[in-house]
Amino acid sequence: MSPNLSAIFYLISGILFILALRGLSSPETSRQGNYFGIAGMTISIIVTFLSLGNFGPGLVYVIVFLLIGGTVGAFIAFKIPMTAMPELVAGFHSLVGLAAVFVAIAAFLNPEAFNLGTTNKIKLASLIEMSLGAAIGAITFSGSIIAFLKLRGIMSGSPITFRGQHFINLILGIAIIFLIYYLCISQLSNIFWSLILISFLVGVLLIIPIGGADMPVVISMLNSYSGWAAAGIGFTLENTALIITGALVGSSGAILSYIMCKGMNRSFFNVILGGWGAADQSSTTEAKEQKPVKNGNADDAAFLMKNASSVIIVPGYGMAVAQAQHALREMVDTLKKNGVKVSYAIHPVAGRMPGHMNVLLAEANVPYDEVFELEEINNDFANCDVAYVIGANDVTNPVAKSDPQSPIYGMPVLDVEKSKSVLFVKRSLSPGYAGIDNDLFYRDNTLMLFADAKKMTEDIIKSL
Amino acid sequence: MEIDPFIFRLSIFILSIFIGYYVVWSVTPSLHTPLMSVTNAISSVIIVGAIIAALAETSESIFEISNIFGFLAIILAAINIFGGFLVTQRMLQMYKKKKK
Repeated sequence: MSPNLSAIFYLISGILFILALRGLSSPETSRQGNYFGIAGMTISIIVTFLSLGNFGPGLVYVIVFLLIGGTVGAFIAFKIPMTAMPELVAGFHSLVGLAAVFVAIAAFLNPEAFNLGTTNKIKLASLIEMSLGAAIGAITFSGSIIAFLKLRGIMSGSPITFRGQHFINLILGIAIIFLIYYLCISQLSNIFWSLILISFLVGVLLIIPIGGADMPVVISMLNSYSGWAAAGIGFTLENTALIITGALVGSSGAILSYIMCKGMNRSFFNVILGGWGAADQSSTTEAKEQKPVKNGNADDAAFLMKNASSVIIVPGYGMAVAQAQHALREMVDTLKKNGVKVSYAIHPVAGRMPGHMNVLLAEANVPYDEVFELEEINNDFANCDVAYVIGANDVTNPVAKSDPQSPIYGMPVLDVEKSKSVLFVKRSLSPGYAGIDNDLFYRDNTLMLFADAKKMTEDIIKSL
Repeated sequence: MEIDPFIFRLSIFILSIFIGYYVVWSVTPSLHTPLMSVTNAISSVIIVGAIIAALAETSESIFEISNIFGFLAIILAAINIFGGFLVTQRMLQMYKKKKK
C-alpha cells in the first residue's frame, strides 16, 4: 500500500476516534460512538500490516502476541467489578505509558525501520520527539503504577511527603531536559537509558505525595500524560492517527483534571504539590470536642423516609467501598412504591475518579435520568424532606460556605442541610479526607446512622 | 523554500487539541468514567508503532532486541485495546433510561 493511501486511512481512523468521543455527549449515542472507536482501531491495524507488506514468519508472531494481549484484556474487561474501575483505568494508563517507552526504545535501536536515519545518526527532530515520548511515557507508567497501588489499597492512600521533595523533583525535571539536549548532541544510548530511568523515578515521586481523595485529579492527569506520550510517538512515526489521538486524549485528560480541581476549589498545582490530609490532621485532633449528635437507627430512618414526599440520595466513596449500590437501589424501589419521589445528587469529585458514582448507580440499574449533577439539583434540597447521605462527607460540609478559615472554604458543596431532615450514614464521627469536622453532624435536623453503608441500607429495607 | 512536513503534522496536532477541547466539554459528566476508558483504548493506537518495530527487518533473526521491544509493546497495547473497548461497552450497556 502506498504511503499516501495509508496516510488517508490513518486520517479516517483519527476521524472515527473523534466521533467515538463525540458519541459520549449522551448515553443514547455513546454505544454507537464506541463502535466508531473500534472501527478506527481496526482500520489502523490493518493498514499498518498492508503498508509494511511484510508477510513473513514475523507476521504470525505479531498475530499471536496480539491475540495473547487481546485475550488478557478481554478477560479483565469482563471480570472486573465496577467498583474497581478507578484502579483498572490507572492500570491501563500504565500500559499505554510502557508501550510508548518500548516503541521509543525500538525506534532508537533500529531507526532504519522507522525511516528516522541510521543508528547514531538519527534525525534531530525525531530524536527530540522520541525522547519526549519516552520520557512522558515512562512518567505515565510509574505514576500510574503508584496510583494503581494506592487505589487498590496495596499502598497506603495517605500522602507520602519528605523534606526537599519539591527540590528533588525540580532537579530531576532539569536533568530530563539536560539529558534530552545531551542525547541530541551525542546520540549515546547510555544517555537514552538514563533518561528513561530518571523519568520512571519522576513518575513515582510525582504521585506519592498525593492523597487518596485527590485520585480523581491524578487519574485524569495521567490520562492526559498518556495522550501526550502517544502524540510524541506519533510525531516520531509520522502517523496521523496517533497524532490526532494523542491530542484528543491529552486534552481530554487535561479538561477532566480541570473539572476535578474546580470541584474541590483547588488549583492544579496545589493538588500536585502535595497532600491536604497530611497538613491538617494535627489541628483537628486538638479541636475535637464532644458535641452532641442525634443518633438514630434503621427504624427511625425508615419512618422518616416512608412519610416523606421527596428524598434525595447523596452517594460518595463510602458507598463504593461498602458495595452498597444494589441495596440502595432496592431501598429506592421500595420508597417509590410508597409514592416517594427519589432522585440522586452527585458531586463532581464524589468517588475516586470522574463519573465513578454514575457508573456504580448505572450498574445497580438506576436510570440515568434520575441522577443529577451538583448544579442541576442543588436548589432542590430546600424543597426536599429527607436527604440520605451515604458514604459522602466533605462534599456536604456547610463549612465550605461559611468559614473562610476552613481548608475547603469555597469548594462547591451539596446543600443537604437545607432539606427538612438529613440522614447521614457513616461508620463513625471521624472527619473526612480533608481532615476537618463536618458541621452537618451536629445540626438539629441531622440524624446520624452509625453503621456500614450496605448493612444500614439493608436494615432500612427490612423495616420499610 | 518548501514547507517542512513537520509543520503540517504540528498543524494537525494543534487543530486536534482544539477538536478535543470542544468535543470533551460536550461529554456529559455522567459518562466521564467511560470517557477515560475509551480514551485509554484509542491511545493504544500506538500499537501501530509496535507492529512496525516488531516486523522490522534486521540482519540476523526476527528476534533482534528492537523486535522484542516491539512484540512486548504489542502485548501491552493489545491488552489495552481489547480491555479498554470491551469495558467501555460493558459500562455503556448499563446506562438505561427510566422505564415509562
